[in-house]
Amino acid sequence: MANGATTRNQHWALRLFEWVDARFPLSQLWKEHLSEYYAPKSFNFWYYFGSLALLVLVLQIVTGIFLTMNYKPDATLAFASVEYIMREVPWGWLIRYLHSTGASAFFICVYLHMFRALLYGSYRKPRELTWLFGFFIFLSLMAEGFFGYLLPWGQMSFWGAQVIVNLFGAIPFVGEDLAIWIRGDYVVSDATLNRFFALHVIAVPLVLVGLVAAHILALHETGSNNPDGIEIKARIDPKTGHPADGIPFHPYYTVKDLFGTMVFLLVFSVIVFFAPAFGGVFLEDNNFFPADPLKTPPHIAPVWYFTPYYSVLRATTDELKWVIGIAVVVFMIWALLRRGSNTTRMVLLGTGVVLIAGLFVLDAKVWGVLLMGGSVVIFAFLPWLDRSPVKSIRYKGWMYKLALFLFVVAFVVLGYLGMQVPNTLLTRIAQVATIVYFAFFLLMPWYTAIDKTKQPPERVT
Amino acid sequence: MTKILLAAVAAALAASAAPARAAEGARLDAIEVNVHNIASLQSGARTFVNYCLNCHSASLVRYNTLLAIGLTDDQIRDNLMFTAEKIGMPMAIAMTPVDAKEWFATVPPDLSVIARARGADWLYTYMRTFYRDASSPTGWNNLVYTRPVMPHILWQLQGERILKEEEMRRDGKPILGADGRPVKVIRLEMLRPGSQSTAEYDKTVYDLVNFLAWMGEPTQLERRRVGIWVLFALVVLVFLTYFLKRAYWKDVH
Repeated sequence: MANGATTRNQHWALRLFEWVDARFPLSQLWKEHLSEYYAPKSFNFWYYFGSLALLVLVLQIVTGIFLTMNYKPDATLAFASVEYIMREVPWGWLIRYLHSTGASAFFICVYLHMFRALLYGSYRKPRELTWLFGFFIFLSLMAEGFFGYLLPWGQMSFWGAQVIVNLFGAIPFVGEDLAIWIRGDYVVSDATLNRFFALHVIAVPLVLVGLVAAHILALHETGSNNPDGIEIKARIDPKTGHPADGIPFHPYYTVKDLFGTMVFLLVFSVIVFFAPAFGGVFLEDNNFFPADPLKTPPHIAPVWYFTPYYSVLRATTDELKWVIGIAVVVFMIWALLRRGSNTTRMVLLGTGVVLIAGLFVLDAKVWGVLLMGGSVVIFAFLPWLDRSPVKSIRYKGWMYKLALFLFVVAFVVLGYLGMQVPNTLLTRIAQVATIVYFAFFLLMPWYTAIDKTKQPPERVT
Repeated sequence: MTKILLAAVAAALAASAAPARAAEGARLDAIEVNVHNIASLQSGARTFVNYCLNCHSASLVRYNTLLAIGLTDDQIRDNLMFTAEKIGMPMAIAMTPVDAKEWFATVPPDLSVIARARGADWLYTYMRTFYRDASSPTGWNNLVYTRPVMPHILWQLQGERILKEEEMRRDGKPILGADGRPVKVIRLEMLRPGSQSTAEYDKTVYDLVNFLAWMGEPTQLERRRVGIWVLFALVVLVFLTYFLKRAYWKDVH
């Protein structure tokens, strides 16, 4: 339609389109990413959460813009301005609840989206970069959630930020200065609120949007994975020249995702309109007390989407250091015995020695921070940890299935424990869950290599 | 008279001996908040304005917000507005934070969203479990918030009560706890009755807490009303988009 001479008889809209298309790759983009992007026809339930995460991103940006019109990033005004939005701004309560529920929904979608990748090996070659961009989206999202949570300036906002920023203080030598540099003050204060506001409303969202674009571009370069974990590009239909098991994203997946969107919005609306605080999980009770630097709440817990990592932090005691020590020694023995070049062996042994030295030099608090950071960063290494000859869990053996099951249990248990007041028993459980969590990743090269796998089919099922 | 039993009695006793604050293990009396009960909200508003709004502000709430609970402009102006001049003004108080610090050593918290912070059950139990305690600076103590700075502001209604501690007995023998010591029960005993019976007082506090729960989020009625329509529309859209998807996917095998 783009070629051919424009005539006076053509509809003005068509002429406008052709005018644009001659100057901007409009129809090309449309084709490459929608109407002629061939996606496997076998997407199941788990494949809804990518488009839903994108929907929530748009929702957060739009509601966020309206919130900034009335929010005041000032320590003396912030708390009241949020309530002003809730009470006085027309439909302000709706905008605010959409945004606060959207934050949790974002993490739910992203966690389920990541779980899908774990199920079907979507991070494996050739989609490592898609996974890495996704990992950085996840990191940015955590930063976005953390900065945003300070803005209502309630007790949990204040003390949550205080605790997390203080973690940077645990870093040897530069920690204290780094923490002051982040806060802009010796405690979380107006200066902190102002910069967190700037980071939350412009810096991180810009990065986030850019990363999402990169994530989708990388995905469309390689093509989507599918529940069978096979490459549909390997079998091109000679008649059409397109993947035999692929269907154009538009209209097939656009209408399917439209249905998914409606179901999602239905569930989302039940929460927004009937349980916006979600029993104190999405909006914590304590955050309805204005921030008070002189009153430390008896129990400080981050919002639910951070609690698994927070649990890892709290579980890291001197006893857990012994477990780490034993793990490092086992690793070193393995490094000694494995076949391979002497250089690799020396590097592995050296790493072990450094870790052992670290156990003696650094105290449990620093290790807690390291493990907490590690529990997030370790996701980035998945493409290189998985040695299975097949991608999808459908054709992997019992070892991976068991490992993934235990990992999910550990993740949920850690998340739950992170919200509770710790005691000896709960700390012990959190320690076991922490070990399971890391074992899932660190032992993956071993158990995926020896696991009995089945032969995947030629065509998607 | 109601006996108020506490679950973790030993813990509560230990906590009441401690200077700062409160018995985490104290069992709260649960209530069902009903923000549709206009009569209860109006009665609660009256109690709130008469007793609470002298030291506590509700500065995020305007007086004319009370129009939503069935009061008229004139009723609000004549019966509820003591310090403000215009009906659109917030429920502020005359006492400045500086004075409050000097007089009470602390600023009484603003109560606009207190029900969202504390929860209705906590407030309901708190306002009903004050008792006389000579060792406390105000002469009052409380079962859920140990040694509150606030004296029992509704004492003329509830009356004065004192704390009784008894060993729990079964068949004449003391029941022993896990630590081998007798399990103790706390009971509040009426010393001098107030102007209201226990049932009347419980109702007064219920209405007050109900009002606080409404005031914590005056838009909650509108929220649920709108929500019903949104859900209805979305259910329709779920069906429509489902059949749309089916129609488009007919030829995919």
